[in-house]
Amino acid sequence: MDNLLSIITFIPLIAATILALFLRGDDEAAQRNAKWLALAATGFTFLVSLFLLSGFDPQDTGFQFVEEREWLLGLNYKMGVDGISILFVMLTTFLMPLVVASCWTVTTRVKDYMVALLVLETLMIGVFCALDLILFYLFFEAGLIPMFLIIGIWGGANRIYAAFKFFLYTLLGSVLMLVAMVAMYVDAGTTDIPTLLAHDFPFATLTVLGVSIPGGFQTLLWLAFFASFAVKMPMWPVHTWLPDAHVQAPTAGSVVLAAILLKMGGYGFLRFSLPMFPAGSELLGPLVLWLSVIAIIYTSLVAMVQSDMKKLIAYSSVAHMGFVTMGIFAANQQGVDGAIFQMISHGFISGALFLCVGVIYDRMHTREIDAYGGLVNRMPAYAAVFMLFTLANVGLPGTSGFVGEFLTLMGVFQVNTLVGVLACTGVILSAGYALWLYRRVVFGDLIKESLRSIKDMTAREKAIFAPLIFFTILLGVYPSLVTDIIGPSVANLVDGYAVATADIEFGPTLADAAH
Amino acid sequence: MTSADLEIILPEIVLALYAMGALLIGVYTRQDGMARTLTMLTALVMVAVAFWVGVSPDAGLGVSNMIVKDGFSRFAQVTILLSAATVLVLSTDWMERYGLLRFEYPLIVTLAVIGMMIMVSSGNLLTLYMGLELQSLAMYVLAALRRDSVRSTEAGLKYFVLGALSSGLLLYGISLTYGYAGSTEFGAIILVALAGDLSLGLLFGLVFILAGLAFKISAAPFHMWTPDVYEGAPTPITTLMATAPKVAAMAMFARVTHDAFGQAVNDWQQIVAVLSVVSMFLGSIAAIGQRDIKRLMAYSSIAHMGFALMGLTAGTVAGVQAMLLYMAIYVVMNLGVFAFVLSMTRDGREATDIASLNKLSARRPGQALALLVLMFSLAGIPPFIGFFAKLYVLQAAVGAGLVWLAVLGVVATVIGAFYYIRIVYLMYFGEADAPLDDGMAPAQGIVLAGCAIIMVVGVVNLFGLEGVAAAAAATLIR
Repeated sequence: MDNLLSIITFIPLIAATILALFLRGDDEAAQRNAKWLALAATGFTFLVSLFLLSGFDPQDTGFQFVEEREWLLGLNYKMGVDGISILFVMLTTFLMPLVVASCWTVTTRVKDYMVALLVLETLMIGVFCALDLILFYLFFEAGLIPMFLIIGIWGGANRIYAAFKFFLYTLLGSVLMLVAMVAMYVDAGTTDIPTLLAHDFPFATLTVLGVSIPGGFQTLLWLAFFASFAVKMPMWPVHTWLPDAHVQAPTAGSVVLAAILLKMGGYGFLRFSLPMFPAGSELLGPLVLWLSVIAIIYTSLVAMVQSDMKKLIAYSSVAHMGFVTMGIFAANQQGVDGAIFQMISHGFISGALFLCVGVIYDRMHTREIDAYGGLVNRMPAYAAVFMLFTLANVGLPGTSGFVGEFLTLMGVFQVNTLVGVLACTGVILSAGYALWLYRRVVFGDLIKESLRSIKDMTAREKAIFAPLIFFTILLGVYPSLVTDIIGPSVANLVDGYAVATADIEFGPTLADAAH
Repeated sequence: MTSADLEIILPEIVLALYAMGALLIGVYTRQDGMARTLTMLTALVMVAVAFWVGVSPDAGLGVSNMIVKDGFSRFAQVTILLSAATVLVLSTDWMERYGLLRFEYPLIVTLAVIGMMIMVSSGNLLTLYMGLELQSLAMYVLAALRRDSVRSTEAGLKYFVLGALSSGLLLYGISLTYGYAGSTEFGAIILVALAGDLSLGLLFGLVFILAGLAFKISAAPFHMWTPDVYEGAPTPITTLMATAPKVAAMAMFARVTHDAFGQAVNDWQQIVAVLSVVSMFLGSIAAIGQRDIKRLMAYSSIAHMGFALMGLTAGTVAGVQAMLLYMAIYVVMNLGVFAFVLSMTRDGREATDIASLNKLSARRPGQALALLVLMFSLAGIPPFIGFFAKLYVLQAAVGAGLVWLAVLGVVATVIGAFYYIRIVYLMYFGEADAPLDDGMAPAQGIVLAGCAIIMVVGVVNLFGLEGVAAAAAATLIR
């Protein structure tokens, strides 16, 4: 199949169109049909994406399944995957059926909800497949629209503030990237990503408004892309939109946000910043390492004092994304392998944690930690599942969380020992907030009157968690599953980066700045 | 006057004869009952003339170098004719409901359109002024069409006074230019400019001309009339003002800067850049506080004009092409939004406060979805073609080395996004209060849906629009 990627990308959109145009009414039958159609479409997309995985050759570090067509305004519609992007596509197609299944209990505007989720899936897959700058930007940015609606329509009490903050914050980050993309087009004469990867952007020192900029053009481009990806990731100190968005978003929205949307930032660093602007990365990489370690420690401490479960997990996400950026800008095989691994694993774990919150939120309609306690007495299955993912979040060996954190730490240790050591404290802190959360919610005596009649997980909920549990443990005990696929592409990326940065001299001003 | 000259201005002559003939018939029969038919007929005539202009070849200069029919003027004329025709079709129901549908209405619009057609195809500052005045005078009358309404009369008067002021500025600039260049012909001015730097007098003339033109496209800081006139004028007239005259004035702006002063890019680039930046920021920031959708669209158009000017600032073929594409897409977006605004009534009276959009998605899901698409497109959020319009302008600006302008432009876009998505917020998350009446005239529904569909389908295929715009832009720059 020549256009497998387009098929995978646009199946959800087609389903959404059918749903929007042909499903009438808002009675129970219509709602059920909408849910089943969305589940079938996302499930089918996942099955088709398995062909992608089976046909993928990890040893080939170039782009595979490439398709190219002329598009408007002299742009090209070009799609393709390599070792870095394919697992993100798989993660998206794998998680979306679970996300749809998790909103089975929603009753308000079900059809619109399903349409929004399906459109979002198309846009998310598109981001990871796009091989044209503008096409990438289109998918990247368009994802804001369905997410804005998901938070705004189905969100919590303060949803409007959260939706606006989410939208404008991320938009402001992205538009600078757009200008940078246009500048790249003007410089290189193309928006084709494989060609741009081979293009050398100038890095001679520039003087802008009297300020001398080492790394010149590359540094400016790097900063513009950084503005977008750092917000999306999110990195400290531009992470503040995330806790608001997470807390107000409905469960499905939180899962998509944490498990997939955040990964776009990391993917962007790997696809653009590192290989295209090596001089910029070399110059500002140390800054990112320090920002990452601040994120890990600071947001872990902030997570400890949260009284809202979702907010706690949101801050924990920021901390875990700190490991990712740290690994990426360590720019060695272990670091980048670990960063990708951490992103995949965080997709399962954070998604599962938000689903765990969703399970009790559906029953009690509160996310306050103080409202719970002693759940293990009435919900043993839930307690076991929550335990597993809490420990995976901490990074217990045997779960996928451990592999990612360990690899990134190993990678960064070779580059900057101090950052490595400080980042290790993040592992301890995460044990602190995660286990404490678990103790307060699950253990203890069941003294709250309101919890006396709470029911354990239903078969549907168990079915949603089963695949997540499976992969969290499988990747924990057999990480080669992932590293075999990403390894050659990452090696190619890291080697290219080493070659590109080997002969870069920034001059004396830079040496001072770096130390 | 030779037959070749006649051929060049035949479309304008035909339209003028049609307008006068219809006026005579109207006056002698004194039947406002046929106004509806006449409006539709006028729209049909405009579409036919648009088709005619579209397929006719480039004829170059004619009528003693007064008129120029090149790809650029034909592109602008077709856009003007089609948007004016759409406005006529859209407005009949509104005009009928408020008792304004008289037979003069389509004919005054036709006269305005003739003025715009002359504006965009003028090869001489005097024809330019003539076309502009014909357009303006017709628009003053239209703005005050609702004679029994204080707001409408006020709008007409305000528009007239400020419009006359801007015409004065323009005329003063023209006379200075004539004095220092020795001619009002674009072809002659460019030769003087070619000889070296502009003389101080010619520079003064240029500044006054640009100020006068900036009034017409409502670029800040010459925008003050826009919100009041938009709000006070009858909504169909606001729709017209927001579309066809904007295209005409912007095309005229491009013609003066790139044709007459095409060799003096450095002299006007800073002026246009400042107009562009100030318009984008003022339009984006001032719209935030607006509670009336017509005023909001006025500020939105100021911001959009700023963005279109950014394309012109580049001073390149790519810049003009970007501006033409931008204006074409802008017109479609505005027609879509105003098709909805025209249908906004509460208890049988017009209601244009944005609070009345509350919970629209629950009562009219289809219309709310179309408006959502249009709003995100206006905000320049992908995947809608409003984004590609902006992208193209940015490319032109960065290509000409104006990165700072592009950065300021996108920052203004983010500020502007706030008020567009606030409308989405009202429609989708708002609390219901004082809902609008249901129902929408078929013409309004079709235009609204059509424009929204263009926003989406345009992303897959622009149907050759970019090629036509490129050819048009190439003819302007010598």
